[in-house]
Amino acid sequence: MLEYARWKYYLVVIVLVLGLLVASPNFFGSDPALQIARKDHAAITSDAMKEVEGFLKDKKVNFERTYIDKGRLMVRFRDVPDQLAARDAVDGNENYKNLYITALSFAPRTPEFIRAIGLRPMPLGLDLRGGLYLLYQVDVNSAVNQALEGYAQDARRALTSANIPFKDVTTASATSTGRPDAIRIILPPEADVQAARNALSQPLQGLSVDTESLASGSAIVARMTPAQIKERQDYAIQQNITTLRNRVNELGVSEPIVQRQGIDRINVQLPGVQNSADVKNLLGRVATLEFRLEDTQDNAYEAAQKGRAPLGAKLYTKTRIGRPILLKREVIATGDQLTNATVANTQDGVGVAVKLDARAGESMLKTTKANLNKPMAVVLIEKRRETTEVNGKPVTRDVTDETVINDATIRGVFSNNFDITGLSAGEARDLALLLRSGSLSVPIYAVEERVVGPSVGSENIAKGVTALIIGMAGVFAFMAIYYKIFGLVADLVLLANVVLLTALLSMFGTTLSLPGIAGIILTVGMAVDANVLIYERIREEIRKGVSPQASIRAGFEKAFSAIADSNITTLIAGVVLWVFGTGPIRGFAVVLTLGIATSLFTSLMGSRALVTIMYGGRRKPARLSI
Amino acid sequence: MEFFSHQTNYPFMATRKVWYTLSAVLMVASFVLFFTRGLNLGIDFTGGVSAQATFTHAPSVDDVRSKLAAAGFREPQVQNFGSSRDLVIRLPPEPGQTAAELRTKIEGAVKSVDPGAQVAQLDVLGAQVGNELKTSAIWALSFTLLLIFIYIAFRFHTWRLSFGAILAVMHDPILVLGLFSVTQTEFDLPVVAAILAVIGYSLNDTVVVFDRIRERFETNRRLPPPTVLDQSINQTLSRTIMTKVVTSIVVVALLFLGGPVLKGFSEALMIGIIAGTYSSIYISSAIALDCGLTAEHVFPSARKSPIDELP
Repeated sequence: MLEYARWKYYLVVIVLVLGLLVASPNFFGSDPALQIARKDHAAITSDAMKEVEGFLKDKKVNFERTYIDKGRLMVRFRDVPDQLAARDAVDGNENYKNLYITALSFAPRTPEFIRAIGLRPMPLGLDLRGGLYLLYQVDVNSAVNQALEGYAQDARRALTSANIPFKDVTTASATSTGRPDAIRIILPPEADVQAARNALSQPLQGLSVDTESLASGSAIVARMTPAQIKERQDYAIQQNITTLRNRVNELGVSEPIVQRQGIDRINVQLPGVQNSADVKNLLGRVATLEFRLEDTQDNAYEAAQKGRAPLGAKLYTKTRIGRPILLKREVIATGDQLTNATVANTQDGVGVAVKLDARAGESMLKTTKANLNKPMAVVLIEKRRETTEVNGKPVTRDVTDETVINDATIRGVFSNNFDITGLSAGEARDLALLLRSGSLSVPIYAVEERVVGPSVGSENIAKGVTALIIGMAGVFAFMAIYYKIFGLVADLVLLANVVLLTALLSMFGTTLSLPGIAGIILTVGMAVDANVLIYERIREEIRKGVSPQASIRAGFEKAFSAIADSNITTLIAGVVLWVFGTGPIRGFAVVLTLGIATSLFTSLMGSRALVTIMYGGRRKPARLSI
Repeated sequence: MEFFSHQTNYPFMATRKVWYTLSAVLMVASFVLFFTRGLNLGIDFTGGVSAQATFTHAPSVDDVRSKLAAAGFREPQVQNFGSSRDLVIRLPPEPGQTAAELRTKIEGAVKSVDPGAQVAQLDVLGAQVGNELKTSAIWALSFTLLLIFIYIAFRFHTWRLSFGAILAVMHDPILVLGLFSVTQTEFDLPVVAAILAVIGYSLNDTVVVFDRIRERFETNRRLPPPTVLDQSINQTLSRTIMTKVVTSIVVVALLFLGGPVLKGFSEALMIGIIAGTYSSIYISSAIALDCGLTAEHVFPSARKSPIDELP
């Protein structure tokens, strides 16, 4: 007698119902939408919403409805041309251009009760919805360099305070990699090496310290361990990811992705963003501030002519004040010590209102008290990478721009709250954003940049979905003709498989890309395999003259090891792709791997349950429609 | 309906020299093509600039190319992409120019051909990323093969079957590379994914045959190995063909409806599936036989692994 345990039926039913529910948001589709956020990050009011509505009506742009979501205005449209027309209208308006930042987006049509329990459709990849993709290279070596510089400074201080003479402290590179990983403290011949090592034991704690003897004197080499270097690099990347995330959030893009890729890369995906230059400029900027007192004793013009600054001062020739300036070496406060920065309207025009942390505030208080009526300057420091062509070969070098943006007399005592002026409105806004989101601990450089237009995205979706529907229809028809009733069972099982796969992908929040859709289509093709193995086996048994029910049982049982082994080998390929791959490859691998899991479940348990209901129990089918 | 109404009985083992020769000829031809013509590597691997432009009416490709050259681009490549109104423009790496600057220049050039033309997509990739991708693709491939060698050796108790399976699947990507050298279809990241999927599928077939070999050896140890292998391949033949026909249906749908982005991907799958079916029928078991496969290798003792006991 052909039987199947009752709990297995329940399991199949429960999994299918849950799968259908989780997958359902994907079947409703979504409308194109335009997201409008204020550049100063204030929430959009309902009055502003009415105004934008009126503006769009004036411009004869059709829209479905508008609503405010988390302080941002969302406008929904029936189709992409309307959406683009609205975007162009808003971006083309002088007032709105300065006030708002727009992003093309999608608003799912999911019914409210499904949305309420937290079910979301799969987010679409940039190739399906358009947007900006950036891959940044993080300069991890400079993170290690910064750490080494810190150690070198501590070593100098320790030796000086212990009265131990030394010639020089430098950073050194590992011979194997050529990358800096150590500091060298060069001691004169008469120096007491042991005493030096004792003095350095505290500041160089954790480093592996060796002594080398040189032609004259000796050197102490303190090397960072590979683990310390990795920790340092990881920290730098993590910190940069946080900063990038802050900046992206400040931009007001919907559903941005910022994630680490490989050892030293960060990928940023901004759906709906098209104006890449502005965004890229803002994301990758390394900008910070320094507050310094002006050196009024020496003549800046003279120093500029000589190209050399007097002792204790630093010469700045790039200034916004129309003259070169000498500033004192001591830094009162830096941009890292800021706790907040906002755009402010001051008496002297637009500025940035900054708030310093307690330590910097104290230092500022002390300085302003002691230097009333003396001038203090604000220096904007920016790092960037320049690529120029030398003899036909690209040469990259790092450039640091230091610009004095303002120099003003200290009129009163202040500590942690004050305004910086001397900037244009746009500059003030960008600087406030950059300062607020934190600085990048090490520079980053874009190594890959992709902009996908919105129409390319919707075309790709249409093609993918058509291929999926036609492909599935072909498979369904073929199976029904070739295996008759059993073929229809296989078709139902395949359908369940697509539903479960969609549910799993939605549950994991996997981003769906075009290769991902290809993966789903391929899974449909391959999921047939398990059914074919079983049905061919059943046919074999019937040919041998075995009774129908026994044939079914034997078919499922004997096909099992072949199904298991063959799927595990495909699984191995899928998992390797998942681990090694990035971008489109990973998207494909995720679908392939999860697809194997769902197709095993549906074709082994699902089809067994269905076949047993149809042919099992006390029935004695004379023949099978297979 | 059945493709094979009676149990087939093709002598695969006796004729294996023929199939070996055929495979060897195809592989040598693929290698020669690969090294002489080479692949048309996409910017995923070479680095550079790729722009997709949509025109209002079919433009002259040569016209666009000369306009781009006039705009100062070296060696611009221009091809139709999907439809006659869509072009893909590929340029060697342009260091020192931002994507926005490139976009302006390219847009200027295409608009001088057709004022309504638009740049719909723009990709700018550094050469370094491409080199790393090559390395990681080769790693992924080697690693997959190694893991599968170990898995088959573990499940079937003999390296002979592993060896047959690995040789047979290595044959498939080589033929795909050969074909891509002939057609000069762009070799991009999705093609690599397709090749790895092909390896997975080809193995899938091979393993199903191996599973039957294991079963046949178990029920009838006295039979000479060539007979067992022939029987196993023949008994699984209808399943092998059937599954591949169904998978081909969806791949053909992808090839004709998936659009230009998936063209290389679908082509690689199509060729790979044909090659994979061939290699798992004609090559993998034959190699195991030539390595001296007997019943004792598959069943050192009469034990069964626990996975066979599962439902």
